[in-house]
Amino acid sequence: MNDRTFLDLWPVVRQLRSGDLLGRGEAAKSGPTRRLTPRTATADQVVKSVCPYCAVGCGQTVYVKDGAVVQIEGDPDSPVSRGRLCPKGSASKQLVTSPNRVTKVRYRRPHSTEWEDLDLDTAIDMIADRVIDTRARTWVWEEDGKRVRRTMGIASLGGATLDNEENYLMKKLYTALGAVQIENQARI
Amino acid sequence: MAECHPVGFQWVMEAKARGAKIVHVDPRFTRTSAMADVHVPIRAGSDIAFLGALVNHILTRALDFREYVVAYTNAAAIVTEDFQDTEELDGLFSGFDPESNSYSAHTWRYEGAEAAAAAGQRDPSQTGAEEMAAAGKAAREGGQPETAGSGGPSVPGKPERDETLQHPRCVYQILKRHFARYTPEMVEQVCGISREQFAEVADILTTNSGRERTAAFCYAVGWTQHSVGVQNIRTAAILQQLLGNMGRPGGGIMALRGHASIQGSTDIPTLYNLLPGYIPMPHAHQHQDLESFVAADAGTTGYWGNMAAYTVSLLKSYWGDAASADNDFCFDYLPRLTGDHSTYPTVLAQLEGTCKGYFVVGENPAVGSANGKMQRLGMANLEWLVVRDFTMIESATFWKDGPEIETGELRTEDIGTEVFFLPAASHVEKDGSFTNTQRMLQWHYKAVEPPGDCQSELKFYHELGKRIRAKLAGSNDERDRPVLDLTWDYPEHGPDREPSAEAVLREINGTGPDGAALSSYTALADDGSTACGCWIYCGVFADELNQAARRKPGREQSWVAPEWGWAWPSNRRILYNRASADPDGRPWSERKAYVWWDADAGTWTGHDVPDFVADRPPDYVPPDGARGPDAIGGQDAFIMQSDGKAWLYAPIGLADGPLPTHYEPPESILENPLYGTQHSPARGRIVHPANPLNPDQSEVYPYVFTSYRLTEHHTAGGMTRTLPYLSELQPEMFCEVSPRLAAERGLVNGGWATIVTNRTAIEARVLVTERVRTLRVGDRKVEQVGLPYHWGVNGITVGDSSNDLVHVTLDPNSHIQGKVGTCDIRPGRRPTGPALLEYVEGYRRRAGIASEA
Repeated sequence: MNDRTFLDLWPVVRQLRSGDLLGRGEAAKSGPTRRLTPRTATADQVVKSVCPYCAVGCGQTVYVKDGAVVQIEGDPDSPVSRGRLCPKGSASKQLVTSPNRVTKVRYRRPHSTEWEDLDLDTAIDMIADRVIDTRARTWVWEEDGKRVRRTMGIASLGGATLDNEENYLMKKLYTALGAVQIENQARI
Repeated sequence: MAECHPVGFQWVMEAKARGAKIVHVDPRFTRTSAMADVHVPIRAGSDIAFLGALVNHILTRALDFREYVVAYTNAAAIVTEDFQDTEELDGLFSGFDPESNSYSAHTWRYEGAEAAAAAGQRDPSQTGAEEMAAAGKAAREGGQPETAGSGGPSVPGKPERDETLQHPRCVYQILKRHFARYTPEMVEQVCGISREQFAEVADILTTNSGRERTAAFCYAVGWTQHSVGVQNIRTAAILQQLLGNMGRPGGGIMALRGHASIQGSTDIPTLYNLLPGYIPMPHAHQHQDLESFVAADAGTTGYWGNMAAYTVSLLKSYWGDAASADNDFCFDYLPRLTGDHSTYPTVLAQLEGTCKGYFVVGENPAVGSANGKMQRLGMANLEWLVVRDFTMIESATFWKDGPEIETGELRTEDIGTEVFFLPAASHVEKDGSFTNTQRMLQWHYKAVEPPGDCQSELKFYHELGKRIRAKLAGSNDERDRPVLDLTWDYPEHGPDREPSAEAVLREINGTGPDGAALSSYTALADDGSTACGCWIYCGVFADELNQAARRKPGREQSWVAPEWGWAWPSNRRILYNRASADPDGRPWSERKAYVWWDADAGTWTGHDVPDFVADRPPDYVPPDGARGPDAIGGQDAFIMQSDGKAWLYAPIGLADGPLPTHYEPPESILENPLYGTQHSPARGRIVHPANPLNPDQSEVYPYVFTSYRLTEHHTAGGMTRTLPYLSELQPEMFCEVSPRLAAERGLVNGGWATIVTNRTAIEARVLVTERVRTLRVGDRKVEQVGLPYHWGVNGITVGDSSNDLVHVTLDPNSHIQGKVGTCDIRPGRRPTGPALLEYVEGYRRRAGIASEA
């Protein structure tokens, strides 16, 4: 890379010497381009993943440096996708690093016009209290003389974008709580 | 497919490079059409008429793959003489109850299966017609048709058969009569497809099916989101059975699902009517104990005959040591259904005020569900709402910037909903598995820690469960026993004490009496000695290894690539692949060899894991009275079906008839040319002032509209409208119209249009394009308006939501809404504020509809 001579500044010489006769490859590279290093080369960790958008399940390779995602590319090993990603999959680095992501809990009081801050630990505790309270107030042992053992006061929607393990815990917990209106995008 | 599953479409292009013919049936011309040999524009909502005519084409010319049809389908089965077809009843089948708008399947049953439990499939004690109707309604509302997600519903015993297919009441002859009126001329009248183009498609399909060749169908929500969604797919299933294309390489029907784990969330369901592995949720009127719950299946043939083992093993993984034979393995801990508790009835319950708390997790119903107004009004009437997502989606902010705030229908200060927004971890910030559209689980690893307060759902729900259990600890209330007895101790690791996703996957896989991971569901027992969180996933942790994490590069293994990820069941990549061999166990052709019987070794073998009892020879005839897997004959390729056959005709299990029938969409511009019955009689009606339907054939709403996705955006947009790259690629909400419609209504390319229904009006930029064709349907010209549905009020690019236009009417089997309606379209932007309500009201008055609001 660094053994270029003065003559090499002349593109036609580069084209002839490198065999890139049409001047569309190596011969067309400028000095600044040549000095660039891909983020994939300097990553300190490479992690195998799967695209989070549609259900084709394209393989992804996630490049991490200093604890942050620096690039996400298609995984050429995948027999599903052979390294390819669509526009959405290609943009998934932005999905995970976007400044538009909300990273703090937000809370809206009944009838309020604004969001407020709320500590995560407090929020989960408040939600647990809401579940227990609503469940107790709406609990039904029997309907039309038949045992139902449930609450119709608590519903849930979501799961198609989540992991199997997450869906499993959700259904398990909701079922134990007696909540039956558990649904996800598969119904929509 | 090229638009919404672009990377999957590379395999269609590979097939094309090898000589495959590609036919694309779609109202609009897309990137798929551009690469196809034939693009067939169709009127939205007329698929059964088109597919039914293909069935008729095959039957009248005897083009079916007869040896396959006789051996592997129920073509030869004889149906009871009580059955009456739509031919006799002008669009209805026998057994319809107009009071409840539902069917009893009693008359649809096989001859020789007189004890059939019919639609009350898990309630064999009820046999009278009235009870059957009631049981049918309960089964439908309880969502029981979906328990067929892993194999068909049960029929007792095997039917009488006529393998000459000549008996007037055999399925083959019933099919012939039923589809006789589905002619190319009718296709022209209903779908707007010319006879010449129909003939071309019929020829491509039939000449590419048989011993040497197979054809595949790929579909997405363009088929499911209709009041006849399930029957659309059933019609394709009939075609594929007649042509011998099921269970064979290059064949099948591929559901192109739209979310990373939407298949997984059905297998391990967050769905009201299912438990993991398609075990139904118990119904209060049918299942008060474990014995009655498994009774209907216990006596049946095929793998559902082991229902008790699957159910007991699930109960053991939920409640561990607390579940024992003495207490019915805690079966009573399960809540019971009493009706349809799916998402749209749940919204009605929110509007009524009975449903008070709502978790919305990685989903955006304010934009993504039909009739957005109903969704938002429902959420505005809650006591509390928890939204978990990456960004501020519309379902989290409806109380301050929803369309109803703009119109004055809602006032922020009046909305009492307490809203918690909890930020979620992304796929690179947690371990876990997605199940892709081919039933294949793939593990993804955590690469970085989630930022700030962001958490995985695994962490959130585990933590929520722990806190609820701690707060209820010491309770003596019987109500709290299921919560307190729950097995909930998962190992935790990392700075945030994240529960181990692998430990959860291992629980899903199941363990044996020695505590070791099981390798197959055939090892599950009904005595409490095994535990298994989802029987169809048993084997994903075989040999104590996470099989979903296998990543042997595709180029280093066979074309089936069995060592990449893990597919349920038992790592089979093509279901029912016994059918890839002939009845004697030999491949139908060398070209299409997949699995076959090795007589010397006494076993099935091939490129994939055989989907059959491994050592059962092709000539095996089960003894009378055999049950469960023992009753599978050597030629019963469809092992999850209790009669071992693929069903051309469904004697049980469907809420809207044993055969597909064309009905007009719930809002239609046409009178049904095929029958006097206009709409699907069993369709699910959602009656509410916020969900009025346009009158049929109304001059006020003269156009058809349908919605769809763009390549650059994903569903309700929460994961794409928020990203700069994708917002730049598709920066604005628009509608697609034909040049003729543009001229008729004065619409200008690049200008604005307002699209109006009885629900509301939205605005969009106009794209005038020949990609949307004017269809000639009979003697009239039909215009369709195409609407992407990705936009809402938040994000980098904003726009009106097309789902605000869509009415809610449900498929009675799947309880999924449609996405076809009628509308008007006018140039210019819509009115804003209260003027919008008056504008929509003006349309109602002109259409002669009294406002119910």
